[in-house]
Amino acid sequence: MRELWKKIQDSYAGSYLALIIPYAWILLFFMIPFLIVLKISFSDLKVGLPPYGPLLEWVEEGVLVIKLNFTNFAFIGTDSLYLFSYLESLVIAVLGTIGCLLIGYPMAYGIAKAKPPFRTLLLMLVILPFWTSFLLRVYAWIGILSTSGLLNTALMKVGIISSPLSILDTTYATIIGIVYCYLPFMILPLYASLEKIDYTLMEAAYDLGARPIQAFRRVIWPLSRPGVIAGSMLVLIPAVGEFVIPELLGGSQTLMIGKVLWNEFFTNRDWPVASALAVLMLILLVTPIAIFQRIQERQVRFLDAD
Amino acid sequence: MVKKPKKRIDLQPWQDPKAKPYIHIEGVSKDFDGHVAVDSVTLSVFQGEFFSLLGPSGCGKTTLLRMLAGLEMPSQGKIYIDGVDVTRRPAYDRPVNMMFQSYALFPHMNVEKNVAFGLKQERISRSEINERVKDALRLVQMETYGKRAPHQLSGGQKQRVALARSLVKRPKLLLLDEPLAALDKRLREQTQFELVTIQEKVGVTFIMVTHDQEEAMTMSTRLGVMDHGRMRQIGTPNEIYEYPNSDYVADFIGSINKFEGRVAEDETDHILVESEEAGCELYVSHSADVPIGSQVKVAIRPEKVMISTSPPEQKRNSTRGIVKDIGYLGDVSIYHVELASGKIVLATQPNLVRLAERPVTWDDEVYLYWRAENSIVLMT
Repeated sequence: MRELWKKIQDSYAGSYLALIIPYAWILLFFMIPFLIVLKISFSDLKVGLPPYGPLLEWVEEGVLVIKLNFTNFAFIGTDSLYLFSYLESLVIAVLGTIGCLLIGYPMAYGIAKAKPPFRTLLLMLVILPFWTSFLLRVYAWIGILSTSGLLNTALMKVGIISSPLSILDTTYATIIGIVYCYLPFMILPLYASLEKIDYTLMEAAYDLGARPIQAFRRVIWPLSRPGVIAGSMLVLIPAVGEFVIPELLGGSQTLMIGKVLWNEFFTNRDWPVASALAVLMLILLVTPIAIFQRIQERQVRFLDAD
Repeated sequence: MVKKPKKRIDLQPWQDPKAKPYIHIEGVSKDFDGHVAVDSVTLSVFQGEFFSLLGPSGCGKTTLLRMLAGLEMPSQGKIYIDGVDVTRRPAYDRPVNMMFQSYALFPHMNVEKNVAFGLKQERISRSEINERVKDALRLVQMETYGKRAPHQLSGGQKQRVALARSLVKRPKLLLLDEPLAALDKRLREQTQFELVTIQEKVGVTFIMVTHDQEEAMTMSTRLGVMDHGRMRQIGTPNEIYEYPNSDYVADFIGSINKFEGRVAEDETDHILVESEEAGCELYVSHSADVPIGSQVKVAIRPEKVMISTSPPEQKRNSTRGIVKDIGYLGDVSIYHVELASGKIVLATQPNLVRLAERPVTWDDEVYLYWRAENSIVLMT
């Protein structure tokens, strides 16, 4: 046994072993459930338990029938509700990502430029909200955004507005919620890439005649792009499928795909359509990742090009 | 070793009292939270000069350079370039370019784009930019590397690109922060020569920061030795080496023997110092203007100390000791001779004959002597 262990350590087998564990994890908890969902998306709706029909059926002795039901996908195509909710999810997620970027970039830059001991503290503060329950933090926003909430009371006290703004239960509230909840996911990769940039590059740019804004645009921004892309993906992808934030803050006005999915599953109990929606959403999410990968590859290829 | 062309020796504007300095630094100081990095430095550099700021790390030479670049603002004093006060001008608004020690090439741009960076800030046509980039790369012999990314270049190539990038804007003043520090010894010596050639070709005034005295000596028209934020001495390499004005400068450039002693005579043409440490009277053929009886140091460079096995005719500037150690460097040998006072004196002798035939060896008693005009008196 000990010899075998030694052999594993000596050979490449050790590194394979390290690879097998995460891949097994993904296979078990992502690929298999996804295949189940995919299977359900191709089956019929049935009243019963489970609420869908089988894909494979023995009709008579020796004949196996595979039934692929595309009507679920076709149905999603016919009802514009689904298309709209897809688009709305995407728009909200994109706006949320832009919001995170606008707020997160200066913050990340500030942290990266801060003195080292102070930097750790600032990073801690960015992660601090994670110590409270996500749900509680979203609920807290109801208290802030509602008509008699903190924000409206404060604005009316100062005299900026005379009647309360209705922000809660709108798409704006959803976007605010997304920006708030996902901000750390934007800041951390941005910080990681900004922190690596050698400040003398900025000085070199000044020295060569670039004003601060030009120096930023031509040096810091392009060098921080990997961080911008990574942060945007980390915000955009989960934000598209977000359920809790639009449910709590968006009211009935916001139709995000996560909410529609929830309704299909639990209100309509139409598992096949819900599964088809989930499959389409996955495709929708995989596309930006694939684009991101391509961009990164191209950049690497530029740098290696002779 | 860089051989300076004759033209350079003739060009000595600092000798001419009417010559107008091109770069003028006047009483410049820099304070970093109470720590004085540069302490009221005044310096004039003339057009076309290759001036070196020499000193140990932390002596303020880099801070002075950064103030010239505009990357640091002086706490006090004024900086003039070509007669214009640029003290408060930001870096992007000065006719000055800098070559950074780390080269600071933009990693996301290829060589051409790096060089073109500074030109794109100005309103210059694309064709002219291309032309000037090509010229600059040709100047540093990197014209075939235009499409390479910085990480694909060797240290020496990066150094050339950085030089091209800082020269392409035709600055009035080029600042070089330890330009050769990242190169290995052989490449460094070769690059020293090239830098001087390029500087002469473009005619731009260079100010270089270095901690390497050999580099400063071989490359510069003049150099300034700095210590603790102060300028200790400014002069040609020859002046600094032969006539250091202080103990500090004498020690910093090359090695030197120093004897403590008491002034016995101080005339207009000579000074006589009695030194127990040296074991003889020290006769120096220049006056020092110090009171009789005061303590001074007399210094003599090792290569100016002669060794012989028989007593020399002169009585002054002549002592004897035992050879304790011989450092063989190939072309020269350094003899460590211990005097009766215990003082170790270094004497460098060229190896005119092969090692085995050498007349002087370990534990031999030898006589050391030197000429009066070769030693100097150090006051501080």
